[in-house]
Amino acid sequence: MEFIYYFGDVFTPINFGLLLLGTIGGLILGATPGLSPTMAVALLIPFTFQLEAAQGLILLGAAYTSTVAGGAVSAILLKIPGAPANIATTLDGHQMALNGEGAKALQLSFLSSAVGGVFGVLLLIFLTPVLAQWALAFGPSHLFWLAILGVTVIGSLDSSSVVKGLLSGCIGLWLATIGFDDIMGAQRFIFHSSLGGGINIIAALIGLFAIPQVITMFAKGRKNDGAEAIQVQKHPINGAATEVLRNKRALGIGTLTGSIIGLIPGVGGQIAGLVAYDQSKKFSPDSNKFGTGHPEGLIAAESANNAMVGPSLVPLLTLSIPGSPTAAVLLGGLLIHGIFPGTDLFDNHPDVAWTFINSMLIGQVLMCIFGLYVAGMAARVAQVPQSMMAAIVLGLAVFGSYSVQSSMGDVYVMASLGVMMYFLERFGFSAAPLVLGLILGPIAESNFIQGSMIASATDGLAPYFFGGPLNIFLIAIVVLSIVYSAYMELRSRRYTSKEEILA
Amino acid sequence: MSTLPLPRLQHMIGSGLVAAVGVSVCYISYTQQPSEAFLFPRLIATIFVVLALWTFIKACLRWTKVGNGISMTQFKNLAPGLIVALIYIFWAVKGLGFYTATTIAFFILLSLYDPAPHTAVKSWVKRVITTACFMAAMYGLFALLLKVYTPREIFF
Repeated sequence: MEFIYYFGDVFTPINFGLLLLGTIGGLILGATPGLSPTMAVALLIPFTFQLEAAQGLILLGAAYTSTVAGGAVSAILLKIPGAPANIATTLDGHQMALNGEGAKALQLSFLSSAVGGVFGVLLLIFLTPVLAQWALAFGPSHLFWLAILGVTVIGSLDSSSVVKGLLSGCIGLWLATIGFDDIMGAQRFIFHSSLGGGINIIAALIGLFAIPQVITMFAKGRKNDGAEAIQVQKHPINGAATEVLRNKRALGIGTLTGSIIGLIPGVGGQIAGLVAYDQSKKFSPDSNKFGTGHPEGLIAAESANNAMVGPSLVPLLTLSIPGSPTAAVLLGGLLIHGIFPGTDLFDNHPDVAWTFINSMLIGQVLMCIFGLYVAGMAARVAQVPQSMMAAIVLGLAVFGSYSVQSSMGDVYVMASLGVMMYFLERFGFSAAPLVLGLILGPIAESNFIQGSMIASATDGLAPYFFGGPLNIFLIAIVVLSIVYSAYMELRSRRYTSKEEILA
Repeated sequence: MSTLPLPRLQHMIGSGLVAAVGVSVCYISYTQQPSEAFLFPRLIATIFVVLALWTFIKACLRWTKVGNGISMTQFKNLAPGLIVALIYIFWAVKGLGFYTATTIAFFILLSLYDPAPHTAVKSWVKRVITTACFMAAMYGLFALLLKVYTPREIFF
């Protein structure tokens, strides 16, 4: 119950102001198609440099929470998911809007998001300290395998191709070794003076998430998006609240599914929403109404994608393994303030950890309140032309990467990685494992070196890294995630026609 | 010999480039000294090169599904924007200063990709006003409020 002691810290004028700013800004950013939560949080990191660690995290956490919920606005009114997490929302949400129930759909979406989100954050509050204590038992070999696990799980589960996902992770791990070696001080892979200090994580995050999106907008050319928001009629909020409570089954399925999926590293909100929608349809006596504007489908999808947010931070805050790409960006936000997840966070910086977590709880309520009133404005923002959005994001990306260390080298690295990632993505590579490799690379390397030193003084390398129940357990999960993903990939390919393969 | 579909050919070139990077990384890791500093890179590079070569072989043998690739239309659409963006990032920001360069790049990109007709005066006025508003917001937020240092060469 330690979290209660730090509840007051959320309500200091600056902290609460940042929470409001992050929530309202996140709702608007989330509603904008093309601005994913990951990219929004990455672009916000440079704004947190001048803030204290807790304040910076409050801003980023609020933006993370509300961009996921805000994505429902464009999903419902424009049939364009604001974020991948809102794909399932379009299925019934947009249909409701077409049926003249746009306002009701938005209200249901924010209310069920808040219920799912609060449950998810409560899980985060109660699971995190337990797991953080468990993490104390981890030695260098275990931490090495955990870092590898983070890369391989996201690499294999988050990509359409297991090999390309793992290869993306390897590229990230290699990029993390660029610069001067910590122990010997030797130069490694410094092909250009910009790389002398290694690759700056924030610049890399901005480049890898923002620049491919900018180029994707360029690739669409001068065509009009054709997205026209459906005008919403007024609807009483009480009626929507009653409707949410009446659909307990969909709400329960969505919340539980989202929470469980959030705990699994690498499985994002997109999957949470779709799985919850599918399960809700299976258990519903009105399954034939799904897809025609049925509130159950919308409630299940939205409660799931927000319930995922809190649990996705559990592996991050305890074991340094981000549960989602956005959580990986948040890890970058923690590291720039010199704070390391795990016991360090809860023992040495409990004020930062609990103020951040508590702010997410309050943020869910604020998101719901503002969502219900800001939705109309957010819908207008969602119609911002892609041309303007591309230019704005490019300007912010350059500013953000430069402001990290006032270095043009970081801007060049950001641009180079971004352009490279755009082309890699066109061929099935994924940014998430690459980012994970880049973030977890130094953790993996330092523990590998420490482990090697211990091993050479004791039993030798193989018994140290491959012996012991915890090592074997972690290796087994690494292998299982790869085998499972390879099996799923092969199974889906069996149903892929020859024409599709050749295309 | 049958002609290869564009994404397939692009995939072979792309995976070939990744494999070439993998081989280079592996070569550097195993040849550079001190060897202790390259212990971890060697481990990574070995897996990197195996996976990269495997992807390349699969692409050559047509064993793999490929991504969407880039169509000629998409390439024609993105090329002008990408060129402007690269000139902006690699030369203009340092040469002209952040705010001047961003103003010019923003206006050019907006004009290039705005679906509104280029012949209508109204749409040009709208672009100028949009650019001015965006830059005023950027300057107000970054330079006046946050007081963040940005590259400044001329004008600012």
